[in-house]
Amino acid sequence: MMLEQDTGLSLAIAQIVQRLKGSSLHSQLERQARGSLHKPEIKLESLKEDIKDFLKTSGWEKRLQNAVYSELNVFPSPCHPAAPPEHMKEPLVYMRKAQGSWEKRILKSLNSMCTELSIPLARKRPIGEQKELFNKWNEMGTDEPDLSLFRPVYAPKDFLEVLMNLRNPNYENGDQPSFRNHLGLIQVPLKVKDIPELKDYFSELGLNTGQLGIDDSTQVPPELFENEHVRVGQTVLTEQDSAAAQQYVRQGCPTALRAELWALILNISNQPEDILYYEQLKSNVIQHDLLVDSLIYKDVKLTASNDDYYFVFEDYLYQVLLCFSRDTSVLEHFSYNSATPPKSYIRGVIPFHGFSMYVAPLCFLYHEPSKLYQIFREMYVRFFFRLHSISSHPSGIVSLCLLFETLLQTHLPQLFYHLREIGAQPLRISFKWMVRAFSGYLATDQLLLLWDRILGYNSLEILAVLAAAVFAFRAVNLMEVTSLAAAEAVLADLSTLKVMPLLQIFLFATVT
Amino acid sequence: MEPPAPNPGHGAGRPMATRPAPCTVRSPVALQVGDVKTDLARPGVAVIDVALPPAQPLDLQEIVFKNSYTAFLTVRVQRRHPCDVGRASARKWVTCLWNHCLMPSPHTEAGSQDYFSLFRHQLLCDVDQVTAVRLILRQPSPVWLHFTLEELRLYPRGQQSLQTDFPSWLSHLAPQQQPENLHGGVPDPEKVSTEVQQLWVLTEMIRANQTAARIGRFDVDGCYDINLLSYT
Repeated sequence: MMLEQDTGLSLAIAQIVQRLKGSSLHSQLERQARGSLHKPEIKLESLKEDIKDFLKTSGWEKRLQNAVYSELNVFPSPCHPAAPPEHMKEPLVYMRKAQGSWEKRILKSLNSMCTELSIPLARKRPIGEQKELFNKWNEMGTDEPDLSLFRPVYAPKDFLEVLMNLRNPNYENGDQPSFRNHLGLIQVPLKVKDIPELKDYFSELGLNTGQLGIDDSTQVPPELFENEHVRVGQTVLTEQDSAAAQQYVRQGCPTALRAELWALILNISNQPEDILYYEQLKSNVIQHDLLVDSLIYKDVKLTASNDDYYFVFEDYLYQVLLCFSRDTSVLEHFSYNSATPPKSYIRGVIPFHGFSMYVAPLCFLYHEPSKLYQIFREMYVRFFFRLHSISSHPSGIVSLCLLFETLLQTHLPQLFYHLREIGAQPLRISFKWMVRAFSGYLATDQLLLLWDRILGYNSLEILAVLAAAVFAFRAVNLMEVTSLAAAEAVLADLSTLKVMPLLQIFLFATVT
Repeated sequence: MEPPAPNPGHGAGRPMATRPAPCTVRSPVALQVGDVKTDLARPGVAVIDVALPPAQPLDLQEIVFKNSYTAFLTVRVQRRHPCDVGRASARKWVTCLWNHCLMPSPHTEAGSQDYFSLFRHQLLCDVDQVTAVRLILRQPSPVWLHFTLEELRLYPRGQQSLQTDFPSWLSHLAPQQQPENLHGGVPDPEKVSTEVQQLWVLTEMIRANQTAARIGRFDVDGCYDINLLSYT
């Protein structure tokens, strides 16, 4: 077995080396090493060791460590050599098929919208229009194009219908109710963690560990936890260590340090070439008009512009999302995403109703469009894509739904049974929360505390745990409702909830 | 977009050019007590017999397969000993892998469709001169309708990769042509040869530095005429 681990390790190393070779970090390291030859402390006899020491003291080794850590976090471990590339996207054949048919439906819907409205998928803008857009770039929100004929391609509830109908053909999905049928809406037998495993996984959220979101409230004197935590955060930033930052944010980020800490974890440095890349995308937007743009406009107008917290960022949202739809580097993530981009001029991701809400909270942290863009892109290819594609990954939406339903059934069986009996399957209410990672439902400061933990644990499972915790919190009211609409009403407003106490109580303080 | 090709070092020494050994894989036979047709309970055990060509006992290096809902795997082999020559009596079956776990949680999907490799160093006994292999599959969970192994391949040991991957042009050499007669304007052969050598060194360097990183070109392909997306 040892040898198998070693070959797995050397394969992973080879894969990371190949990805980093030829990157700008590689050429910078080479340049630094060559430049260091002039220094007196570099001696010819011990050249290799001296250069290594130089790179260590000048902080370049740390940057390389951060890049390697980033690669490990994002890319799945290398597959068996016999496995075809589809296997890395998604190992289960029936899920790949389901994702394929879902994509076909979306494309069909998009196509029919295209032909109905006689709009081309893409067209080059005339020069006059290009100039106008360039001048108006920072205030695209003032534009009021006629979007009444456009409809969102799909909404989260359409996606939920697809997930409900997912079946493994090799699983005993009998008509007779039996122990094999799940009581919730999701019927695929994926492995999800139970509360003991979650307690272990989220151990830093325990009752004995200080948390931002709990131990920084006004009643608690800051000397007990907050001051020290901020100090540690500043040290982490000075050290510029991604792995340390990821561990640190599990207890929450101080507001003043959050933007830099997230950038450190996501390994975003806003180099000149990144800014140049963003400018290039911007010029692509100006030169060509895509159908997807109108969908983005419509989505922003329907969701973020109507939200009390986010309407001020409307212009930023256009600047980010219009570029995102033209970004070919996003295509790289499709090697581990079960989805496949459509083969046409539209590159990559087709937005659905609520997509702009992934970007909106980030506008509180980043004000420079190119950095905001890169942060969003990295968050998307690490986390958000899993919330709207069908896969068996533990952070995929299917697993999150099953985790939510299992937690609720196991720990609030009476509530679950009652809601099921009145025709209000809990997932019907919580699905939209999870698909949007709670953006637009929680107060912004609470949302950012939640997203701190998503980054810290590199997993979206906390969304399912929070959804179950919300139901647990409002269980008394929910036991008294008699219809789905009434249940929705009880859970309509989450803006007063405090996320961290809910999570702590549900995981660590509930008698099971 | 595709993941980079794995380093040929994987496989603990199996060169990429090795071909799987020829063998006949029979379909799985369920082991069941009682009448197969009328018994409602699902058998949790199946056996796959792999027969190797009689005159070619195999030195086994690796067994590769794709799982299909099998939870535990036991492998037994039959070996040929030098003293067996001439004896027709039944040879002994030896267990070389016992209850290897493929699905850590048999009621759930984890590991159910993954690819696995079993190397000789992981096996409990020596697997040289193997004449037959028997794979015993167990799936204790009753929720799965069928379970088996797919794409089963046995790799023999240590053939150093015969260079069968010739570039095709080597086998299609052009017939010899008469050298042309060049008068004047012929560059200095020394200079040309150094330049060609430099070019060759550059190409070797580029080839050695194959990278998966993006070059960063921002081409936009010029096709704006597509009005309908393709479905495939």
